[in-house]
Amino acid sequence: MADSAIVARQFDDAAQQRTAADLGIWIFLATEILFFGALFAAYTITRIRYPEAFAIASRLTNVALGSVNTGVLLTSSLTMALAVRATKLGARKASIAFMSATVALGLAFLAIKGIEYYLDYTGHLVPALNFSYAGPHANQVQIFFYLYFFMTGVHSLHMIAGICLVGVMIAMASRRAFSPAYYTPVELSGMYWHLVDVVWIFLYPLLYLVARS
Amino acid sequence: MWNVPLFPDRASSLAARVDVLFFVWLALATLVALAVAVLIVFFSIKYRRGSSANRATAPEAVRARRDRRIELAWIFVPLSLFFVMFAWAAELYYEHAAPPGDAIDVYVVGKQWMWKLEHAGGQREIDELHVPAGRPIRLVMTSEDVIHDFFMPVFRIKQDVLPGRYTILWFNATKAGDYHVFCSQYCGTDHSRMIGHVVVMAPAAFEAWLARGNGAQTMATRGAERFRQYGCSGCHGANASVHAPKLEGLFGKPVQLEGGGTVTADERYIHDSVMLPKKEVVAGYAPIMPSFQGQIAEEDLLDIVEYIKSLHDAREGTVR
Amino acid sequence: MTAATAHRTYLGAGFSLWSWLSSVDHKRIAILYAVSITVFFFIGGAAATLIRMELITPAGDLVSAETYNKLFTMHGVIMVWFFLIPSIPSTLGNFLVPLMIGARDLAFPRLNLASWYLYILGGLFTIGALVAGGVDTGWTFYTPFSTMFSNTHVIAVAAGVFIVGFSSILTGINFIVTIHKMRAPGMTWFRLPLFIWSMYASSIIFVLATPVLAMTLFLIAIERFFGVGVFDPALGGDPLLFQHLFWFYSHPAVYVMILPAMGVASEIITCFARNRVFAYRSMAYAVLAIAIIGFLVWGHHMFVSGQSIYAGMMFSLLSFLVAIPSAIKVFNWTATLYKGSISFDAPMLYALGFVGLFTIGGMTGLFLASLALDVHLHDTYFVVAHFHYIIVGGAVMAFLGGIHFWWPKITGRIYSDGWARFAAILVFFGFNLTFFPQFILGYLGMPRRYHEYPPEFQVLNVLSSAGASILAIGYLLPLAYLFWSLRYGAAAGANPWRAKGLEWQTPSPPPTENFVVTPVITEAPYAYAESRNG
Repeated sequence: MADSAIVARQFDDAAQQRTAADLGIWIFLATEILFFGALFAAYTITRIRYPEAFAIASRLTNVALGSVNTGVLLTSSLTMALAVRATKLGARKASIAFMSATVALGLAFLAIKGIEYYLDYTGHLVPALNFSYAGPHANQVQIFFYLYFFMTGVHSLHMIAGICLVGVMIAMASRRAFSPAYYTPVELSGMYWHLVDVVWIFLYPLLYLVARS
Repeated sequence: MWNVPLFPDRASSLAARVDVLFFVWLALATLVALAVAVLIVFFSIKYRRGSSANRATAPEAVRARRDRRIELAWIFVPLSLFFVMFAWAAELYYEHAAPPGDAIDVYVVGKQWMWKLEHAGGQREIDELHVPAGRPIRLVMTSEDVIHDFFMPVFRIKQDVLPGRYTILWFNATKAGDYHVFCSQYCGTDHSRMIGHVVVMAPAAFEAWLARGNGAQTMATRGAERFRQYGCSGCHGANASVHAPKLEGLFGKPVQLEGGGTVTADERYIHDSVMLPKKEVVAGYAPIMPSFQGQIAEEDLLDIVEYIKSLHDAREGTVR
Repeated sequence: MTAATAHRTYLGAGFSLWSWLSSVDHKRIAILYAVSITVFFFIGGAAATLIRMELITPAGDLVSAETYNKLFTMHGVIMVWFFLIPSIPSTLGNFLVPLMIGARDLAFPRLNLASWYLYILGGLFTIGALVAGGVDTGWTFYTPFSTMFSNTHVIAVAAGVFIVGFSSILTGINFIVTIHKMRAPGMTWFRLPLFIWSMYASSIIFVLATPVLAMTLFLIAIERFFGVGVFDPALGGDPLLFQHLFWFYSHPAVYVMILPAMGVASEIITCFARNRVFAYRSMAYAVLAIAIIGFLVWGHHMFVSGQSIYAGMMFSLLSFLVAIPSAIKVFNWTATLYKGSISFDAPMLYALGFVGLFTIGGMTGLFLASLALDVHLHDTYFVVAHFHYIIVGGAVMAFLGGIHFWWPKITGRIYSDGWARFAAILVFFGFNLTFFPQFILGYLGMPRRYHEYPPEFQVLNVLSSAGASILAIGYLLPLAYLFWSLRYGAAAGANPWRAKGLEWQTPSPPPTENFVVTPVITEAPYAYAESRNG
C-alpha cells in the first residue's frame, strides 16, 4: 500500500506534498516558539526586577532531578532522530523500536517531573496550594514558582501531546503505513519532538541553574 | 441647551502649546484628506468610462522614471514631515515630563469609584481638587485597587494611576475656573461616575480656602502619629536599639544599596521600602524590616511620606 | 442555472447539511465562515445599537452601568475576534487564494475545516459567557481589574478567544504554505494579485502574534482562578506586563484587520478603473513593511500607562514610520485612477469610500502617535473615532466591496446594482455622521467607555447615534438584496466585470476542482490598460 506516497488531490505531485508539509511544520514550530516566548518574556522581566529572589528560588528547585530529566529528554531526541532515519531507510522494526524508546523516555520524563512536583508540594513550594516560604523576598520567590509550575506545566502538556503523536506513529508504522517514499508524518512528529526538547533546553538553565555556580 | 462646545477650554500654557500642535495636525490632515478626495473626484470625473480625456501614456521607460520620482517625493516629503512632527511632540512631552522643583504637592488616591485628595496641610477633598493659579502643582498618585487615570481636559493632561506604585502628574494653571476631572481608564461599574472638579483659584483665595479647610492637622503631623502607630519609630526612632537607616534628611538624597547601585529617596522609594522592604536594602544594613503590605492604607502611607519629607537633618538645616 | 449545470459547480457537490459541515473544499468552508461571521456581526451590532441608544441622553437611563459595561465589552470582543479578524481572510481569502494562484485547494484542506470548527467552538464559549451574564472588563482585559476585581465570566470569554486564536493560526499556516508552494506555472511572486500579498502579510501576523495572545489569556485565566500570578502588584507582580503582552499581539492584530482590506481595494480599483496598479512592487513591499513594522509599535497604546518616557519616544517614532507604507498605498490607489477608464459600480463605490475614510483614519492615527497630543487624547472618544474610521470606514467597507465584487463568482448570481450603490452611499454617510462627531467629543475630553456623561456632550452624541441608525440600515440592506439575488438574480457569467485575475477564468460558481486545466500565467497582473484600447 505504501511503497509510493499517496498524493492528496490538491497537490501536483509527491514532492510538492512533502515540501508543503515541511514548510507547514516549520511555521507551526514558529508559533510554538512565540507561544512559549510570552512566558520567557514574563520570566525575563520579572527576573530583571528581582534578581536575588530568583537566585534564592532557583536554588530551591531540584537540580538533580531536573538534570536527569534533561538527559532523558536529550536521549529521547536522539532516539526520535534515529527513528526518523530508520523509517526513511525502510527499517520498520528499528523505527518502531526507536519510537517506542522515545515514548518510554518521554513517559520517564513525565514521571520524574511528577516526582519533582510532589517534592515541591511537600516542600511547600506550590503557589495557590500550599506555598509558604520563610526567607527573604517571599512574594517574589512565589512568583518564581508560579512561573516554574506554569512553564514546566505547559511544557509537560506539550510532552503529552508529543507522546500521543509518536504513539500514533507507532501504530501507523505497525500497519506498514510508511516507506522510504513516504514517511512525512514521522518526520513532522520528529520535528515537533525536537522543538519540545529545545524548549526544555532553555527552561532548564533559566529555572534550575540561576546562581548555582 | 444650544450651548454646544466644540473645543475645550484651556487653562495652562501647556494646554495652549498642545492646541497648537493639534491645529497643525488638523491642517495637515485636512490638507492630505482633501487632496486625496479632490484627486479621486477629479480623476473619477475626467477619466470616467467613455469620457474623451487623453489617455495616451508615455513610453514605458519614460513613465517608469517619472513614476519613480513621484514615488520618492511622496515617500520623502511625508517622512520629513513626520520627523518634524514627531520631534515637536516628543520634545513637548519630554519637557513636561519632570515637574519643577518648587511645585506644591497634592496626594491623590484613586479607588473604585472616587478620588481622594489630600493637601500637605492636611486638607482632604473627595472628587475635588482646589489649586492656586500660577503655581506648579504636582500630583503624587496611587490606586487602592485597579488602574485608574486622572484626566483634566482643560490642562490637556492625564496619567494612569496604578496600585502599588506612585505616578506623577503636574500642571500650572493659568486661568481660574471650575473644570472637569474624569477617570479615563476603565475601572469597573461606576467608571463614568468617578468624575470630579479641579477648582483653580486666585492665590489669595486659595490661601483662604486652605485656612478654612478641614485640615486640623497637616499630613506631616498626621504622618508622625502614623509613624508611631505602626511602630516605625521602634526601629527608626532616635532611641531605637535596632540598627535601621536614619530618616532625617533622607528625602531626595541618593541612597546606596546593598549589592551595588544607588537610588534617589523619592516617594516611590519610601513606598517600596514600606511595602517591599527587601527589594532595595540599604548598604550596610540587614534585610530585617518587615513588610507592611496589606496592613497600612495608601492614605496613611502618604501621610508618612509627607512626614518623612519634613524630617530634616539637624546638622544640615532645612531640606525642603 | 439548471440542475444539470448546478452539479458541476462546488455548490452542487452535495446538498445536505452534513455535506457542508464536513466539506474540505475551501470554497464551502469560506461560505461556512461567511454565514458565521455575519451572525456574529449582527450580535456585535446589536450591542452597538444599545450602546448608541444609551448615549443619546447624558444620564445612564436605558441600561444599568453593569449592563453598559458588558455591552461595550461584548461589542469589542465579538467584533474584533469573531467578525473583523476572520472576515476577509477566512471568507474571501479562503475562497479566492487557491483560485487566484491557480491551485485546486489550499495546502491543508482538513486543517482549514478544523479552523472553522475551532472558530465555532470559541464562539460558543463566548456566546455562552454572554448568555450567562456577560463580561465587563473591556475587550482589552486590563489587570488587575480582570484578574482580581471583575465579577463576570472572564475565564469563559478568555477561553473562547484562546480557542478562536488557533483558528487564525491554522488559517495563517495554510495561506503561507499555499502561497509559497502551490502557485500555478508562470505565477511568479511579482505576478501575484495584491490580494494574495496582503493575505500573505496578514498570515505572517496571524502565526507570530496570535500565540502571544493565547499565552497572555492563559496567564490571566490562571491568575484569576488561583489568585496568584505575575500581574498583581500586591504580590510583586506588574500590571504593565499584561499591557505589554496584550498589545504585542493586539497591535499587529489591527494590521491583520486592515491589510486584507487593502488587498481587496487593490483588486477592485484596478478592475473598475481598468488600469494597472500604480507601482505594483511598492504596493507589495508596503504590505510586508506594514506587517513587520506593525510588530514594533505596541507601546503607543501605553504612553500614559507609567511606561518609561524613553520607551514612549521609541514607540512614537516607529508609529510614524509605519504610516509611510500606508500613505504610499493611498497615493498609489489614487494614482491608479489617472488615465484609467472608470466606472462606478457598487464595488468601486465601496473601494473609493474605503480610500477616503482610511486616509482620515490613518491621519488621525498620527495625532495619536504624537506624544504630547496623545497625553490629552488617550482613552477619549478621539481614539474611538480613529479606530472606527480604520476598521469600519476602512476594513468593513472594503469587506462589503469585496463581497459585492466577488458575489457573482461565489454564487453565480448578479444582484441589483441600484440597491447596492444606494446602500454603499448610505453606509458612507451614516458612517461619517456616526463617527466624525466623536473626534470633536474626544478633544473636548469625553472619555471612552462612559455610561453617562456631562450634559454639554449631548448634542454631539445625538448626532453620532443618528448616524448609527443610518449605518444600521446601510448594513441591513445588503442582506436583503444579496439574498434576493440568490433566488431571483440573473446568472452571472464567468467574468461579468471583465476583470483580470485567474479567479475570473473559471466558471461562476467554480467547479469543485477550480480549474479543469491548470492555467499557465504569462502576463503581468492587472493588464487592463493593454486590453483596453486594443
